[in-house]
Amino acid sequence: MAKYVGYKRPKDTGKTLKKLFHYLGIHKWAILLVGILVCISSFANLFGTYLLKPVINQYILPGDVPGLIRMILFMAVMYVCGATATYGYGQIMARTAQRVVSEIRRDLFIHTQKLPLKYFDTHTHGELMSHFTNDVDTLQEALNNSFALIIQSFLNLVGTIGLLFVLNFRLSLIVLVFLAAMFVFIKYNGRRSKRYFNEQQAVLGELNGFVEEMVEGQKVEKVFNHQDANFRTFEEKNERLREASTKALAYSGMTMPTIVSMSYFNYAVSAIVGGLFTMAGLMDLGSLASYLVYVRQSAIPMNQFTQQMNFILAALSGAERIFEMMEEETEVDRGTVTLCPVESDGTALKEVSGYSGHFAWKKQEKGREVLVPLNGDVRFEHVVFGYRRDRKILNGISLYAKPGQKIAFVGSTGAGKTTIINLINRFYEIESGRITYDGIDIREIKKDDLRRSMAMVIQDTHLFTGTIRENIRYGRLDATDEEVLKAAKVANADSFIRRLPKGYDTLLYGDGSNLSQGQRQLLSIARAAIARPPVLILDEATSSIDTRTEALIEKGMDAIMENRTVFVIAHRLSTVRNAKAILVLEKGTIIERGDHDELLEAKGRYYQLYTGKAELK
Amino acid sequence: MKRILSFMGKYRTYGIIAALCVMGEAACELIVPFIMADMVDVGVANGDKPYIFQRGILMAVFAVIAFLLGITSAKFAAKCGQGLGAELRKEEYRKLQGFSFGNMDHFQNSSLITRLTSDITTIQNSVSTGMRPAFRAPIMMFLAVGLAFSISGKLAVIFLVALPVLAVLLFTIIFHVRPLYSRMQGAIDLVNRIIQENLTAIRVVKAYVRGDHEIEKFNEVNENLQGISEKAFRLAVLNMPVMQYVIYATILAILWFGGNMIMVGGMKVGELTGVLSYVMQILNSLMMISNVFMMMTRALASGRRVLEVIDEEPEIKDNRESTACVEKGGIVFDHVWFKYRKDAPEYVLSDISFEIQPGQTVGIIGQTGSAKSTLVQLIPRLYEATKGSVLVDGREVGAYSLEHLRDAVAMVLQKNTLFSGTIRENLKWGNPNADEQELDRACRIARVDEFLDRLPGGYDMELGQGGSNVSGGQKQRLCIARAILKKPKVLIMDDSTSAVDTATEAAIQKALKEELPDMTKIIIAQRISSVEQADKILVLQDGHLLASGTHQELMEGCRLYREIAWSQKREVG
Repeated sequence: MAKYVGYKRPKDTGKTLKKLFHYLGIHKWAILLVGILVCISSFANLFGTYLLKPVINQYILPGDVPGLIRMILFMAVMYVCGATATYGYGQIMARTAQRVVSEIRRDLFIHTQKLPLKYFDTHTHGELMSHFTNDVDTLQEALNNSFALIIQSFLNLVGTIGLLFVLNFRLSLIVLVFLAAMFVFIKYNGRRSKRYFNEQQAVLGELNGFVEEMVEGQKVEKVFNHQDANFRTFEEKNERLREASTKALAYSGMTMPTIVSMSYFNYAVSAIVGGLFTMAGLMDLGSLASYLVYVRQSAIPMNQFTQQMNFILAALSGAERIFEMMEEETEVDRGTVTLCPVESDGTALKEVSGYSGHFAWKKQEKGREVLVPLNGDVRFEHVVFGYRRDRKILNGISLYAKPGQKIAFVGSTGAGKTTIINLINRFYEIESGRITYDGIDIREIKKDDLRRSMAMVIQDTHLFTGTIRENIRYGRLDATDEEVLKAAKVANADSFIRRLPKGYDTLLYGDGSNLSQGQRQLLSIARAAIARPPVLILDEATSSIDTRTEALIEKGMDAIMENRTVFVIAHRLSTVRNAKAILVLEKGTIIERGDHDELLEAKGRYYQLYTGKAELK
Repeated sequence: MKRILSFMGKYRTYGIIAALCVMGEAACELIVPFIMADMVDVGVANGDKPYIFQRGILMAVFAVIAFLLGITSAKFAAKCGQGLGAELRKEEYRKLQGFSFGNMDHFQNSSLITRLTSDITTIQNSVSTGMRPAFRAPIMMFLAVGLAFSISGKLAVIFLVALPVLAVLLFTIIFHVRPLYSRMQGAIDLVNRIIQENLTAIRVVKAYVRGDHEIEKFNEVNENLQGISEKAFRLAVLNMPVMQYVIYATILAILWFGGNMIMVGGMKVGELTGVLSYVMQILNSLMMISNVFMMMTRALASGRRVLEVIDEEPEIKDNRESTACVEKGGIVFDHVWFKYRKDAPEYVLSDISFEIQPGQTVGIIGQTGSAKSTLVQLIPRLYEATKGSVLVDGREVGAYSLEHLRDAVAMVLQKNTLFSGTIRENLKWGNPNADEQELDRACRIARVDEFLDRLPGGYDMELGQGGSNVSGGQKQRLCIARAILKKPKVLIMDDSTSAVDTATEAAIQKALKEELPDMTKIIIAQRISSVEQADKILVLQDGHLLASGTHQELMEGCRLYREIAWSQKREVG
């Protein structure tokens, strides 16, 4: 059966195989056992066929009933062994294949978690998803079926050819010529259909991409009455896919009938030559008849072998893509400084277990452990950064934030506000300069601890499938139900959650699409509030929340974050005006800083941004 | 099954041709051994060389015919299967386009995508590649059984025992595997969902250092998938040994009974070998048939998922014939009630009544979750009012065709989407025939011109999927320009300037007012300043219309409005 195989050959088969063997290695005994069982199963099948002739000639014809019974019992035992071996390898292989695939999937997922954000920026979700779905699937299919089948068909092929040679060496040369011809044809046709399969794969990818984008953007499509135009595009792509895949399948579908017909030619030629041989007295009639049966059988394993070979090659190229992704460089983390909760007895800090409300950085200095209190003092020193090397977003920016305060960043879109936040928690690596956190270079802090030290509410709210309670608890996994409730109240989310059909146990689907944008933001704020972080970052966290609710949230949050550092980014000036320090950014540099009143007085950019509204009045 | 095949349409003929070719090919192949037997028994036995060659050539001729029929069937089977796939995909996509927002919410996006892609791929490949074995195997099998009977009726009775036993066993396997396959599909969905979520929310995961938590979650669903698929596949692979047991038993039985018959002289050796060779034939056919069934089981599971989409009743019936057009853009809500699902306990909107004159600017203010977005989505009939009526220009919205209605009512959604393609292509969604001047004008009004020349390529800059390479504020302004290009009678802006700074927002509003005075403008906003100048402001609370009036009236008469205003006023003080 020809299947959809992305006939892309693997580039470095050796390396991929080595990695794959590493996964299979854990199950090497199982695999070895499968190999042995496949051999037993094939042997029983081949030998049983081979035995038919002697049974008839030596026992049935002479009328040897006890002999016949003996032979039949012998064959029965052999057949039972064979079929049981088939059962055994089928079960072991199904199990092993699923485990291997599941291990690969798990490792791939774990690796995905370690990849830097840059990687996600440069690869589409569809691309990454296809490693998990298509590539893993082909690998699974190959392990499930092809592995056993290829051994089997190889044994059958060798066995049949061997038998042919034993029966009649000269005649077998004809068969060999035909088998060689079949092999060449299969190769040739494979290459020809590969071209179409590649084309089909490309169009399929295009169509899938289009469908994905349009399903995601359905609502806009509807609002703009764009269905007809889209449908035309869809139809065009759909039609192209149909053509490409029809060609691909038509070519690959030719293999089977061609092989069968060639085997009949082989059969006919063998029969003619064999007939002539027999007439010349070179062989007897019975041998010719049984010989021809084997000739007919020889085509089947040949075809199966090449087919399985293609599956395996496809699986290997899938595996190669998977292993390539697993080789992608992970986030750099050479930090050694860790975060720990502390208590102060007035003079010195002491590490404690559990939550104490105070934190410190633990670092090694001259072989001694030193505790540095966490204040949230963040400084940028001549930081240069760009998402792409050729376009700098931040040009040697220097800034400091006084700890224990609310610090706001304002500025027009694209000024680099979010970028600064992304650098503080090391989502991205800076090109030059230095960022310090309580006097420690952030590169010296263990990444996980660095991020644990601050809670973030980011611009794009993302929620997870699960209940509302679970989503809030995401901020701190061991929070009690009461704490969840408290956090929801701080975020002013409690009242709307209560009105939902199942309250806190309401299930959220697909990124919380059953909630309004503002409600989703309330939940992400609750998620941050429950984390009780030493430092809080709010990046446009309230942009879809009405100002009255926002004011209530602010009050609640201020209580939680008393004497702690809070970074706020917002367009809305009502969100930032209470900040102790407001930094105005423009094109990657800070052009103004001060509090609300000072900045208004200065009549600079802040004043302009601010009075844009005043003009309206 | 039937339902799915009914979508074949014109490809049905191809399917029939393919099936006929397969059967013809099978027939040719069955004839060849007979010629062969003839050749050996008559030609070789009599030493008749010309006869041998004549038979040999005849065999070759049949081989050629079989070859031609074979490749024809391959071609037509491919055409038929892929054609069916294309038709199904088209039908499903067309259906999807008729879905209301409510239908869309019912299926999840990720599920809709797999239903449109991989499910259909499974079906079309099953047809394309399953055609040959599906028509070939039964013919081979029945002919083989028939021939075996013609050789020795008594011996062939063994088949009558073996075949039903085998059939029952195979069907039992398939019967038990089928539900496992659907469960497996469900397990795959769970795994994919977690992967997808982690890809989109990677920033949240990293910010909260929840990698280990996510890995734990993933391990759970991954192990679940492993367990179910292990179960499914272990059951599915049972068909091989079962078949072998039955066939081997048949061979031995034939050997024993046949041998005995030969011994008592009731049968010839040639007949016994003949029957035995047909056992092989039957074995092969049965294997093919069970493979076809396995494939069909999977294809049917996919087919059901596709049909679920195709059978989904669109909640909103399009009044296609209506030629009525929106002329002016006046809007009336008359005691409108709304809830998303019929069985939902509470109404989202309760008893809303108001009136908007053509050309007016109306602001809508309310707390988060007060159903502002829901309210405006009723106007272009994205959802349908549960009770009461929504009128545009004095007519029920249902009286217009969706095309006319939505052409006249432009909406800038809160969660807006740009598509991959150039900026120009995206803007032209609003109006495919817009010329450069119109584009410029729309961009001027939406203040796109402010940043357009800073973008590499200007109008021709390629946007990433979802507009990922422009900032939030830029995206919003592009979306406004796109809506303006439609030249609508009503423009609804659902919090669509939240990422735009106040100065720019004011400029956009001013331009809208001056350049498009006749257009009805409905603005949902968080900032009082955004709606202050409106002719009328509606204040919503928990789905009720709390108050309406001008800014002045509301400042005096509505406590909630005053509180919202104060929460913003503080900043001026």
